[in-house]
Order: sequence, then structure tokens, then C-alpha cells
Amino acid sequence: MAYARNQLKLVVVGHVDHGKSTLIGRLFYDTGSLPEGKYDQLVAIAQRRGVPFEFANLMDGLQAERDQNITIDTAQIWFRTAKREYVIIDAPGHKEFVKNMVTGASRADAALIIIDASEGVQEQTRRHGYLLRLIGVRQVVVVVNKMDLVDYSQKVFDKVSGEYGAFLKSIGLAMPTILPVSARHGDNIASRGDHFSWFTGPSVLSALDAIPDAAETTDQPLRFPIQDVYRFDHRRILAGRIEAGVLRTGDQLLFLPSGRTSVVRSIESWNSPQVDALKAGDPAGVTLSDQLFVERGSVAVHAADAPSLATEFTARIFWLGRTPLAAGKRYKLKLVTQEVECEIKTLEEVIDASTVQTIPGADSVRTNDAAKVVIRTRRPVAVDLFERVPTLGRLVLVDGFDVAGGGIVIDVPERFAAANVVAEAGVNADVSQVARGERHLRHGHRGAVVWLTGVPGSGKTTLAKSLERHLFERHIQVFVLDGDNIRPGLSADLGVSGPEREENMRRVAEVAKLFAEAGSVCIVSFTSPSRAERERARKIMDVSDGPSIPFLEAYLGGTNDASSQYEPPEHPEISLAENIGLDERVNRVLEHLMRQIR
Amino acid sequence: MHTDHLDALESESIFIMREAFAKFDNMAMLWSIGKDSTALLWLARKAFFGHVPFPLVHIDTSYKIPSMIEYRDRLVREWNLQLVVGMNKAVLEAGNTYPNGRATRVECCGMLKKDGLQQVIEHYGYTGIIVGVRRDEDATRAKERYFSPRNANMEWNASDQPPEFWNQFKTDFAPGTHIRIHPLLHWTELNVWEYIEREKIPVIPLYFDDGTGHRYRSLGCAPCTGSIQSTAKTVAEIVTELKGTNVPERAGRAQDQESEDAFEKLRRDGYM
Repeated sequence: MAYARNQLKLVVVGHVDHGKSTLIGRLFYDTGSLPEGKYDQLVAIAQRRGVPFEFANLMDGLQAERDQNITIDTAQIWFRTAKREYVIIDAPGHKEFVKNMVTGASRADAALIIIDASEGVQEQTRRHGYLLRLIGVRQVVVVVNKMDLVDYSQKVFDKVSGEYGAFLKSIGLAMPTILPVSARHGDNIASRGDHFSWFTGPSVLSALDAIPDAAETTDQPLRFPIQDVYRFDHRRILAGRIEAGVLRTGDQLLFLPSGRTSVVRSIESWNSPQVDALKAGDPAGVTLSDQLFVERGSVAVHAADAPSLATEFTARIFWLGRTPLAAGKRYKLKLVTQEVECEIKTLEEVIDASTVQTIPGADSVRTNDAAKVVIRTRRPVAVDLFERVPTLGRLVLVDGFDVAGGGIVIDVPERFAAANVVAEAGVNADVSQVARGERHLRHGHRGAVVWLTGVPGSGKTTLAKSLERHLFERHIQVFVLDGDNIRPGLSADLGVSGPEREENMRRVAEVAKLFAEAGSVCIVSFTSPSRAERERARKIMDVSDGPSIPFLEAYLGGTNDASSQYEPPEHPEISLAENIGLDERVNRVLEHLMRQIR
Repeated sequence: MHTDHLDALESESIFIMREAFAKFDNMAMLWSIGKDSTALLWLARKAFFGHVPFPLVHIDTSYKIPSMIEYRDRLVREWNLQLVVGMNKAVLEAGNTYPNGRATRVECCGMLKKDGLQQVIEHYGYTGIIVGVRRDEDATRAKERYFSPRNANMEWNASDQPPEFWNQFKTDFAPGTHIRIHPLLHWTELNVWEYIEREKIPVIPLYFDDGTGHRYRSLGCAPCTGSIQSTAKTVAEIVTELKGTNVPERAGRAQDQESEDAFEKLRRDGYM
């Protein structure tokens, strides 16, 4: 979002019938912002209908809204004070229309929360406060309205403001301005009026004028998500918008998730002054000094201050979908121009947004409620913590054809930190070859070798098959090497003992390494009785130009090991005694393996 | 590096048009020849580096003021545009239009513009239509989304619209439906003129006083569009005039005044 100076977008929220439209109508009337004749026209319409004129009618546009007397969508209108221009976003207070409130609030720089003094804090008062926090609106003014109905009582005001101030503090919105008004009578809107001699705070207009201007986001790290790549006039232009930071001609850009780099050759535009730098909010078109393949969804950053590249992270979400959000179900995740299939791995906490209390034991998130979830994506996503770079720390979830929820990223596991990924991706990788790190990014995991060793009958084949199935279900590339697929082909020329058996084990280890280098987890299931043979296999996994391939030796122990020619390993990564069941064996291997390959 | 309000609006409109172009395989832009959709056309050329990579649809009611058509055809040549002209020929041939036929102003708008547009959308199979409507024009347009779905009958369900936040839009939709894209939604009439002045966009001279002391503020069909009293002869004079007015922009558009909810009903049924 680009911010204009001297303009503040203000969303007005609160429980239904607490007087939002009346307050807005009054703000317009008091600042002389109404179109000529509008006031007289509405008074005349009210007379024709035989109802008293209400300031609330100024905001009503749709017939349905007049009929139901509730604001069903967000409308936006403008008024001006000596300090600045305000764009008012009127958000509905009815529970059915929370998605409209979210739509309105997401455009806002600040919020005006309105509470009916006679009714006090209600369901939507809390829900809206909580949603504002999730949406990222930090500037809040709270107005306790309809003070005329409670005889302008300071006691009532103190009770309501105390309760709601404490609530806002509990959700991390500290120190809002809270003030009493009567919108209907115009008390304490533009000026103090006669009824609030006991109140020493500001009027609504002066509280609004005291809100600081929206901050620029140029001091954040560069985030340039690619919207599209155009080929016009023999130029290949990467088009998008700078979402954070500054981009300059000559900058070295790192593209995620590919890990490729190139230099900004030129900043392109049409009928605009030539510039050599673009800042957050600017539309961007750049050409690169290399013929790099870049597509929509890539995010260009500076390598020194890159985001995480993650397939798993924790988010606080709000849910607007018609059907509840459930763990295990698949959704489309959109984060800037990145789109990827995802699932909710775990529902850590489900929150009733009307009370902002945890719902114990809830296994889904209902419409208009919230949750803390762990999201797992099919492919790696460039992502920042919301608190650090808001534009790259917020996502929406699409269920079927519909945008059904939104969320902010609050935690990304350390293993996805930018530095690891950037180093792995091979920042200076030769364009002509696929770097190991790129395979990692594509698959969402590294390659590895799991070497199952044990005497015949110890359960190697059963464990190998079970592991293969589990890993496959988790979208991990996996393949099993055993006597059945090695002996008839690759080692058809070899016998089963002495040097020929050693040669067979060497070939198996080399093939396992190739699988791992190609990005797969290779499970080797051979008795492999000789300790020296297994140690040689481990050494084969060393790679000259990078980290060794993870090699996990899993020893399936047996009672007759000692009596056979079998040499048990001295320090296996995983040791599985005879009395351990299959499920537990699978779990133990997975525990070790997943840490190595994620 | 300074951002003023026009830069911010321009950036937002460009972002939206690029999103639309990336997400819709078969998209077109409505061009009424008026100031808004011509400013939008200019923004498209900015977004796509001097090009307009999709067709422009002009719904010709046959009642347009003749100089509008001349101006249209000149820009098509000079700016190298692809133009698609839609016209509801059946209704025009039947002669059932306002003011000579039996139709009211609103019915006439519905047939010539709304139905004319529907015929073009169905014929070309467009799934995305860029339209230059603005929130400040009218209360119903104030409720619009940037990406606003229409069902197979082009109807707008104003009371159940998709959420739209964090620059993520509704770009997934059922077959047979289409999405209206509104890049100018948050511009005001004044913003549009300020932008025309800054960018020196050529606009049709009907907007200026031709020496009679009148000019058009909003352009539509000749029988239903009235001029306003004004001596503004340049874009700069229009900007000055607008800063001092409290009269609604569409006050000269007679079809809106037939009943309290005339324009609202037209829009629900698929009017732009």
C-alpha cells in the first residue's frame, strides 16, 4: 500500500446499533463536508416516509440497508479538517458481515471503535477489536457513544472505558484514547459541548487529528514480489510493486525460491521521469543483466537481508469461510504474489472471537472465529514475521473459489531462516546446472540415506516398506534398495560371498548416494554384516563441494547376532532392539530422519 | 522519492491491472470514451509500458454524441488499440428505446448498455472486465470491491460480497461467471482531473466550455445527458471549479433521477 501524505484512512467499527453511522453523519455535518442539498434531501425523504430524520441515513446507500437499518457493507467517504483529509470507512457491526468489516479495516490507517454507553461492551465490540489487532491496525480511538441515554454519567463512562481499555491491553493494543460522546446531539464531536465538564480528554476531531501520519516502509528490507514478466519492445521486464524497502539500479537481487541472483540493469517506466531508485509502494518494472528465468510468484530481495523460505510456519488466522476450517484439509495459500497449496498441520488454539477466549477441545474454526495454527505448504514460500515485514508476513487462505480467511505469521522455525536457505541455494550457482539447494527447495526436503542393517529375519524388509509408505504420504521423495531390485540387474554378475559381496555393497552405496544427490531419501535394506563395508558406505556419502549426504545407520538388533557372522555397529544413529514394535521403529527412524532432511 | 496522493492512487491502479492481466486469460476493458475510462486507459499504458495488451470494449448505444466516436477512432489509431464495439442491434432495430419508443430512461439504459455488454461478454467469452467506476460517483458504487464477481446473468449480489484485504483479490470463480475489475475505485472525480492535468491526457472537448457557458461534467447518451453551467475551458479550470462544488457529479444524468433507487437497481442487474 502506498500512503499519501495528509490523508488518513479511518475505519469505524463496533457492535450493531451502537451508533457508527450516526457518528459518521455527524462528523460530516460538523465539518461542513456534506454535498450541497444532501442534508435537505434526506430530511425531505424522511418526512415523506413519515419517520424522523437520522444522521445515520447519510451513510446509507443501498435500499436493502435502509430497509434493514443496518450497514451491510463498507462504504467510503471523505471529510476534511484543518490538519488533514479523512477517508471514512464505515464497517458493518452485524455479525453476518464480519468479512465486510475486515475488507474495510484492511485499508485503514487507524480505527474508531464505538461503544453504546447504555449497552456497554458487546460481542462485536470485542471481535472487532481483536480483528483490528490481527489485521494490523494499531492506531485506535475508542468512543463511548449515546452518553445522553445515561445522563452523561461519568460513572458509566469510567466503567465502560475501564473494561474495554483492559480488554484492548490484553490483546496487545495498549493506551488507546477513550472518550465520551453523544453523536445524536453532537456532544464532544467537533467540540466539547455542555455536558462533559468532568471530561478532560479531547473531542473526537482533536483525537483524530492527534493520530500520527502513516509510517513509510522504506526502512524495511527490500521485498519485491514479481507480478508478471512482460516481453515488450525487445525488453524483458519484471513487473510488480515494491512492498518494502528500496530497490536501486545496480543492486544485486536474490530471487526466491529459486536462489538465483542477478543485477538490476535498468528501471523501466512509460511516460514517467527516469529514476534510479524505487521505494515501498512504487509500481516497478526492472530489467536484469542476466537472462534469468523469473516468473510470477518469485520474490526479489537483497541476500544480506532475506526472508525465511519455509514449508512450515505458525500463524494467527481469522476465518470467514462458509465451512469451518479444519486440520488436514487443503487450501490455497496466497502471500503477496506467491500461491501454493497448503494444509493446516495443527490447530494449536481455537479462539471464540466474540469473547477472545480459547475454545477447549475445538477441532475446527467456525466462521468469524480465530485460531493459532501451524501451516504446511507444498512448496517453500518466502515469508517474514508479520511484526518485522508486515507485507510479507500476512497471507490469505482460499477455500474452493472463495477467499475464506487471513492470517499473520508469528513464528517460522529456525531451520528455514534465510541464511541457511540462501547458502544452500548456491547464491552463485552456475546457471547451467541445478544446484543441490534448488532440489531441496523444489522438494521441500534434502536427500538422505537410511541404511537398515541386521541379520536375516530381523525385520528390515517390513520396516523399509513401512518407512517408504510413511515418507511417501508426507510428500517426500523416497525409494528402497534391497536384494530384490539390485541383485537381478545391477549386480547380476556378482556372487553372494567374499569380495563379490563387498563389491555388491559398494555398488549399493554408490547408487544410494546418487538417489540422495537427486534429492530422494534412499532406504537401503541389506543384511550388510561387515562393519567395514558399512563404514565404507558412510564414507562414500562425503561430497567434495558441500556438506556430506546425511547417512543414518539403523541397527535392527537380534538375539542370535552374536552366534552368526554378523558384526553389530558400534555407534549406529538408531538402534532398534528386537522387542520394539513396527510402529515405534518407524517413529524412531522418522524422528531422526526428519530432523536431517527438513 | 516523494509520494503524493496521485502517485499512491496511480500505483494502486497499476497493481490491480497487472494482477488482473496475470490472472485472467481472456480479459477486456470497457472504454466509454469518458474521462474516467480514458484516464484508466492511460494507466493501462503505464502498467504495461506503453502497450495495452487486451481489447477495449465500447458499448455503442447509437445515441452517443457524434464527436465521442470521432475522438474514439482517433485514439484507436494513434495509440494502436484493439477496439471491440458492442451494440444491442435487436433493440435498436425494434425502435423500442427512450425517448421515441415505450422504454423509460432506466429500461433503455438496461437494454442498450447492460444487455449490450452482456452480449459482448458472452460472444467473446471474457472472464474479466476492467471498468472505470469510482466509489464517489454514487452510493451503490461506494460498496464495490476491486474484484467484483458477477453471476452467469451478470447480476451483482451486493449484500454478499467476497472479503478483500491485503491486496489479495477474488481471482477464482465458477465457469460461466465473470469478474468486474475496478482499478479506479478509490479515485474521486477531482483526482481524475488532477491526474489528467498532471499527465496531459487528451480528453474529449465536450468536457470544456465551448463559449456557450456550458460544459458536460459526465458523458452519456445525448437524450439523457445534460450540460452544466460552467466557463471552465481547460483542465486546470475544471480542477479549480471542482474544488469549490458540492453538487454531485451524476446530477446531469437523468436516468438516475427516475426513482430513488433507479441507479441501484440498474447496477444490481449488471450495469457498470
